[in-house]
Amino acid sequence: MFKVIERLLGDKIATENISLTGSARFRGKITGDCPENLRTACAKACPVGAFKVTSDGQGYAIDYKKCLFCGKCVEKAMGSLQHSRDEALPVITEDAAEITAEVIKQKLGRSLHVRHLDAGSCNACDFEMGAMSNPVYDLHRYGVHVDASPRHADLLMVTGVVTRNLEQALKMSYEAMPEPRLVMACGACAAGGETYGASYAIVGAADKVVPVDIYIPGCPPRPSAMIAGVLAAADMLAERM
Amino acid sequence: MADWSLKVVKPENFRGTANILSNGGKNPLTAMFGRDETENPEVKGYAIYAVFENLSEHKMEAVKAVFGEGESLCYESLTPVIPAAAWYEREIQDMFGLVPQGHPDPRPLVLHDTFPEGFYPLRKTVAKAADVHGTRRMDMSVARGEGVYEVPVGPIHAGIIEPGHFRFSQAGESMLQLDARLFYTHRGLEKIMEGKTPEEALPIVERICGACSIANTWSFCQAVEKIAGVKVPRRAEIIRTLLMEIERITNHVGDLGNIPAGVGFNPAISLGGRTKEMLMRLQERIAGNRFLRGVIVPGGVRQDIDSALLNDIADIMDKTKANVSDLSEMFAQQANFQNRVRTTGIVRKNTAVDLAMVGVGARASGFAHDSRKDFAYGLYPELDFKLVTEKTGDVAARLALRIAELKESFGLVQQLCNLLKADKSNDSSNLTVQIDWSTVSGEDWGLSESARGSNFQFVALQDGQIDRIFVRSASYPNWPAVTIAVQGDIIPDFPLINKSFELCYACIDR
Repeated sequence: MFKVIERLLGDKIATENISLTGSARFRGKITGDCPENLRTACAKACPVGAFKVTSDGQGYAIDYKKCLFCGKCVEKAMGSLQHSRDEALPVITEDAAEITAEVIKQKLGRSLHVRHLDAGSCNACDFEMGAMSNPVYDLHRYGVHVDASPRHADLLMVTGVVTRNLEQALKMSYEAMPEPRLVMACGACAAGGETYGASYAIVGAADKVVPVDIYIPGCPPRPSAMIAGVLAAADMLAERM
Repeated sequence: MADWSLKVVKPENFRGTANILSNGGKNPLTAMFGRDETENPEVKGYAIYAVFENLSEHKMEAVKAVFGEGESLCYESLTPVIPAAAWYEREIQDMFGLVPQGHPDPRPLVLHDTFPEGFYPLRKTVAKAADVHGTRRMDMSVARGEGVYEVPVGPIHAGIIEPGHFRFSQAGESMLQLDARLFYTHRGLEKIMEGKTPEEALPIVERICGACSIANTWSFCQAVEKIAGVKVPRRAEIIRTLLMEIERITNHVGDLGNIPAGVGFNPAISLGGRTKEMLMRLQERIAGNRFLRGVIVPGGVRQDIDSALLNDIADIMDKTKANVSDLSEMFAQQANFQNRVRTTGIVRKNTAVDLAMVGVGARASGFAHDSRKDFAYGLYPELDFKLVTEKTGDVAARLALRIAELKESFGLVQQLCNLLKADKSNDSSNLTVQIDWSTVSGEDWGLSESARGSNFQFVALQDGQIDRIFVRSASYPNWPAVTIAVQGDIIPDFPLINKSFELCYACIDR
């Protein structure tokens, strides 16, 4: 008992402000001007087909919904591309716009109930979702709660590529939710569906089975990116009420 | 020549030979897997490998049964003599259609009820993305009797955990029997990786499981490096071993914060959660990814650990050590916590041996099984650490074991950091050996001790492309033990028992 009380009294508040910037080696969004002769090699090196050569703009585009942030394209680009330390931001379907960090800061004070559904994840996204509730991220401070049942949930957070063995569970969970309801595809598997490629046991990205409102890039997304997405969802839900 | 002694036999001699290799149960069954070799002119059929660990001689011994062209696809089941074979034989039946005759429980395991009967996805005739629908019977095993009722739980659970369906047969609060239907997250990864080069398969191997990313990747790299005959640079071996121990510490600390969640012991959950977050951030600073992905590659490692990072590691380890010691004191001082964890979820030593359990699950029951000691790989033969075991096999033992193992791992991290400091060969050429895969053919295995136990992989390469990969992670042999551990305990203790094993679903489902 003594130790419990000692730590309870002695520990300072661990909760931090949400930061979407990683450490020095963090592989975040990809920046740089990739010269034309290297772009094809970069596209070829991408294991999930997220790196596309385009004819306009900077000559390449990255689909962050699919991107694993593995660094293969950066390696092939001979220094012309770099990972920035910034996380790729959630993608919202309604206007397909990325939300900005400023907007996220204003989203405090909403209430949202979340149900998690592992549709075939490698458990990295699940662990990061669990971390959202630890004292450092403290999801509860935003009025967001993780529920035990989809029947109580406003938002379904889907992690993992949808497998054949879980397709029915995903459909039934979605149908069990009261309206208005939102679905978030969390991580490269649920959002892009290309992590492993196609197989007899994989259905694909979450939006192949249920309508998705928000996509969170990352493999896995960090808890901070997930919270940013959840806060955006709280705002979307308020608009739909 | 693969790194094992291999006997090739006809199916009728398979059980007899396997029984000899198991040496009366002394040599645990490490893995059993099928292979389609219909395109190999020397085999022209299917094969089953059974791999045993000879613990006294520290080597792998394997037997391969070959089912030739046009021959019967039935064989005498090993399960009645080697209980650990039960799941493997069911999986092989699902994936290849090789039938274990006399298996006490031949229900489907991996493919659930939307797949038709007679669909064997790992046969080469089946396309990778075969879109086949149908039905098959999936019965749950339940106990019957007056007053006995069933409690179905999952696949979607109340917390944020992976999917599995549990069917409890209850007599009042007591669990008479538990049947677990798993493999919900089966993604067909072994099939997907066929035809890829080791480098192309690497991002998938790293993503078999989040929590065992390093262990799976290391096992895979060992296997393909053995086939290619490549020796990894020493500095890369040190870094790999260091990452493995950091992964173990992160997982064990996560469990110290998670097991109390099974009984709602909030101060411990909070301290465990904070400590794990600190370690996850350290992992990001080392690897650029919070799950240490992207460092280990076939031939070596892709990123170095410089002296600034070494100081960072030492600093975080000191903080972790202090928190672990406080957590362990919290557990010891809280009588009602001890009351919940002691004598709960017992696995006896002979059960652990019979099921060929590995890792924390085995060692907590007194079965001294640790790949770091049993097989010389990485830097482990040079390092000083103890193999810890407990005797009681209950939740308390698994918890105490993790705390004791953490102490050993802190010591290992320090030794490895010192080795890295002393090693001055830190230019990039000393981190990876380039391998030209196009001419590499052969088969071999890799093994590493993850936080949960030994992760075994078998890889067969044909001209640099994967012909067959089999992934058996630590959770696979330990899962059946969970269903035994719960018997006689009350159903509110199930989350606690389950958390004390902390088995991955993604790892076994693949």
